[in-house]
Amino acid sequence: MKIATILEAHYEAVSASEPLARIQEMISACIQCGTCSASCPNAFAMDHTPRQLWRLVLLGQKDEIFHSKTFSLCSDCYICTLRCPRGLPLTEAMDALKQIAAGENLAEYKHSILFYKNFLRSVRRHGRVREMEFMTNYFAALKNPLRPFRFASLGIKLIAKGKVSVNWPRKARLPLEKIFQKVNELEKHT
Amino acid sequence: MRYLYYPGCSLEGTALEYNLSTRSVMQDAGVELVEIEDWTCCGASAAEATSDLLSLALPARNLAIAEKMDDVNNILAPCSACYLNLKKVEEKTRKDQKMMDTLNGILAEEQLHLKGRVTVRHLLDVIANDIGSQKIQCLVKQPLSDLIIAPYYGCQCLRPYSIFDDPEVPHSMEPIIEALGAKVHHWGMAARCCGASHMNTKMEVGIELVANILKDARGADAIVTVCPMCQMNLEAHQRKISNVHHEDLNTAILYLPQLMGLALGISEKELGLNLNLSIGDRFHEKLQNAA
Repeated sequence: MKIATILEAHYEAVSASEPLARIQEMISACIQCGTCSASCPNAFAMDHTPRQLWRLVLLGQKDEIFHSKTFSLCSDCYICTLRCPRGLPLTEAMDALKQIAAGENLAEYKHSILFYKNFLRSVRRHGRVREMEFMTNYFAALKNPLRPFRFASLGIKLIAKGKVSVNWPRKARLPLEKIFQKVNELEKHT
Repeated sequence: MRYLYYPGCSLEGTALEYNLSTRSVMQDAGVELVEIEDWTCCGASAAEATSDLLSLALPARNLAIAEKMDDVNNILAPCSACYLNLKKVEEKTRKDQKMMDTLNGILAEEQLHLKGRVTVRHLLDVIANDIGSQKIQCLVKQPLSDLIIAPYYGCQCLRPYSIFDDPEVPHSMEPIIEALGAKVHHWGMAARCCGASHMNTKMEVGIELVANILKDARGADAIVTVCPMCQMNLEAHQRKISNVHHEDLNTAILYLPQLMGLALGISEKELGLNLNLSIGDRFHEKLQNAA
């Protein structure tokens, strides 16, 4: 019983750190120079600077990393990737952290995760994103009745200009269903 | 000149005018665009934030269809995010055979196969290097004399792959703007991020990034963009940003081919100028004075 418990705890620790291990490998050559932090256009809004985040990743501080807003504030501008003197794929490492947060549905990143997932749901249904359907589902998923009002006037302008279709899609075509399914299947086995 | 054309989802919706103006300017320049059949979404920024494999599989499908269609080797993408997503697959599969095999395993579900034959090109690359400012100058019918234009490149057509311009201090739009008879507004924000989807998920942060760009554009009559997301971020929230910053930061924002079309004598309607959210009387007045 005791051994089983220890093994279970060990297994949990390993599987919890496994996704992080891939990211640790990506940035293992980080020299903590801070070029990324100095270059990042979003650093002003972050709690940990990108440099600090990479240190936390190398130390395996999962709790601290996923309680921080830093990776979700990355807007994929690739300036850190371009300037990193060690040539590390820092933007991809940020994306990999976003992928873990999305995979585990972490509550703190609810807004971003719902935004991305509703976007992809629309793409999966129609092959191309339908902006009106996607934003409506996103706002519905946020369950915050005030949130849509920040975008209401923009939405009305876009509808008036015929830029977003208000016609609800009659039937999903699912042209990407096989690709989505195969990707899911492959990801389960890795 | 002939290109396979990947418009991307935005150009069918919020960026309709980018599609209209790209098509009409290309036609004027004698460039033929062949739209990729039954193209699907490239994954935008949503796929890479949820699944690495999906973020490569979605663009790979479009590249595989393009390869099947025509013996043309170049795909033209006007949207910077589409461009980068498609480019990433081109670059990664060229260096990584295992990745190519994995993607082909996925594409086999749809009887598609990627060989790696096509090159993905951004619209700006094609305008600046394949058409070129000399040819553009010859096509100009109404020079935009005295208009001052701030070229805004954004991020993803420049980085991480430095294909056609300096990734930090880009210049490729300048000869084009000058060929149209306009003047270039030299500024420090040309390649600074607009915040991408922050405007939807973290509006406070997005507002700050866009405010910095609009402030640095003071003195310019308009900002030109080459990406639907940059365009939307820069133009859709100007009133709010002006309120937050207690300063009138309203500026005309238009797509590069729209500006080109105006000088080429294409009608405002054909260029979809009525669809922009930031083109008002102020810009029209300047345009009339310039002509």
